[in-house]
Amino acid sequence: MIEISNVIKTYKAGNKAIRKLNIQIADGEFVFIVGRSGSGKSTLLKMLMKEVEPTSGHIIVNGVNLQKMPRRLVPKYRRRLGMVFQDFKLLKDRNIYENVAFAQRVIGVPPRRIKENVPEMLKLVGLSSKYKFYPNQLSGGEQQRVAIARALINNPEVLLADEPTGNLDRQNADEIMELLAEINAQGTTVIVVTHSQEIVDSMKKRVITMDKGMVVSDKRGGEICEIQHNLL
Amino acid sequence: MFSLASVATISACIFLFCLFFSIIANIRNIAYLAETTIGVTVFFDDGMTEEEILALGDQIAQRPEVKEMNYISAEQAWESFQAEYFAGMEELAEGFAEDNPLASSASYEIFLKDISQQNTMVSYLQSLEGVRKVNYSNDLVAGFTNLNRLVGILSVVIIGLLLAVSVFLISNTIHVAAAFRKTENQIMRLIGATNFMIRAPFVVEGVVLGLAGALIPLGATYILYGRMVEYVGERFSGTAGGMGGVLRILPLEALFPTMAAVAMALGVGIGFFVSFFTIRKHLKV
Ligand SMILES: Nc1ncnc2c1ncn2[C@@H]1O[C@H](COP(=O)(O)OP(=O)(O)OP(=O)(O)O)[C@@H](O)[C@H]1O
Ligand SMILES: [Mg+2]
Repeated sequence: MIEISNVIKTYKAGNKAIRKLNIQIADGEFVFIVGRSGSGKSTLLKMLMKEVEPTSGHIIVNGVNLQKMPRRLVPKYRRRLGMVFQDFKLLKDRNIYENVAFAQRVIGVPPRRIKENVPEMLKLVGLSSKYKFYPNQLSGGEQQRVAIARALINNPEVLLADEPTGNLDRQNADEIMELLAEINAQGTTVIVVTHSQEIVDSMKKRVITMDKGMVVSDKRGGEICEIQHNLL
Repeated sequence: MFSLASVATISACIFLFCLFFSIIANIRNIAYLAETTIGVTVFFDDGMTEEEILALGDQIAQRPEVKEMNYISAEQAWESFQAEYFAGMEELAEGFAEDNPLASSASYEIFLKDISQQNTMVSYLQSLEGVRKVNYSNDLVAGFTNLNRLVGILSVVIIGLLLAVSVFLISNTIHVAAAFRKTENQIMRLIGATNFMIRAPFVVEGVVLGLAGALIPLGATYILYGRMVEYVGERFSGTAGGMGGVLRILPLEALFPTMAAVAMALGVGIGFFVSFFTIRKHLKV
């Protein structure tokens, strides 16, 4: 259960990124967050992973109040999340295998298990043959798939994905979304920020539309998404 | 770049430490040898009977500075003189058999508890009635105490300065490395790595720098010191007499283990603590 209550975020520059946000997301839900560039989608995800602090209001994730969490517990909290970033955030000085394995090392998975899990995961995202490559030797889409592999490998409680398909062609994007749906089917809460109308339409899931730091529409899955196209 | 400079400075620092350590250890050793092998020798006026000399000896033995005294009678002096100078040619000494040329050479060899008390002892001996001559090596002995202190102070000052420079350079190296890997560190943090996981590589780097900075000068000292022992051995082994016995350089094995242990502890210690605190300051989470 994720509860976002009366959250306001004003950046130092005086940028009102989030004006007032109230969102509830149940366990195991699959939610799209859409909206214009600059509407505060990434800021919302960053607050959920405690990279950015809300100016006011509070966020509760699976019973933990993020604003009351002591700093030293932040790493532990983040290990329960899977995160896919707009800019991938891969470790440039490590190869693909190491990038994915690193996430497992962080949570203390025994090396023997890592050796089994990582190739399996890389196979799932279709990068088995390139495990020795470094991030700068991969295309944007391939890097994004590495990032997804890294986010999924620890079976997170919540998966936060900021434009996971932004750099992928249609077929690749569909494959990734299928992967996310699969992970969601296993019980992981999935929150995906996207600009792609096609993906939103094809998945028939809950869609939260943001504009200027506020929720302007929140449609349950199955509803016809005649959301304001001008906001995508 | 910075790492090279750091290793070089720590190396210089530890090399100087090794140098001073060797020098001080050797001065100490020489002083020790001097204390135990160089005594003060007292000769007495001609015509003093053995009884008178022995009585005077008892008086001297009362002095608190005295550790040990040996009486060397005229006959003993003559015998050891013969053994030293007529070795293999005993017949040459036969001519003196009836008439000891060192008849008035009865003496006391006095060893002191502490070499620094030599001056008081010598003036006391000279003031005694019946004492003809007091043999002692003033410069050598007086020099040691001062030299030792001087080298000690000098080494503390220079090593201290170099230590400060190495601390600064290591800190800088780690700082630059951390800045260079800033994004990497942020990513690790986002994935949920603890401070420990993020900082450990930097501390390891610091320790490696320190270790390299200790091993290089230790190797250099090992080689150089060995050379010097050889050189001094060749140069002075022939010269007999007092100096030959005293000017003996400590063998490398005698001081290297301690020196190596301290140097390694110094290098690794600096590397560890400096990188640890630098990275702690730098990577606040
Ligand atoms: N670190 C920051 N400092 C100051 N302002 C920021 C910062 N990050 C984001 N902003 C501002 O906050 C607002 C929301 O940004 P955010 O990145 O959340 O938008 P977004 O919805 O993710 O946009 P996009 O779809 O382009 O990724 C923008 O106006 C942006 O300029
Ligand atoms: Mg964004």
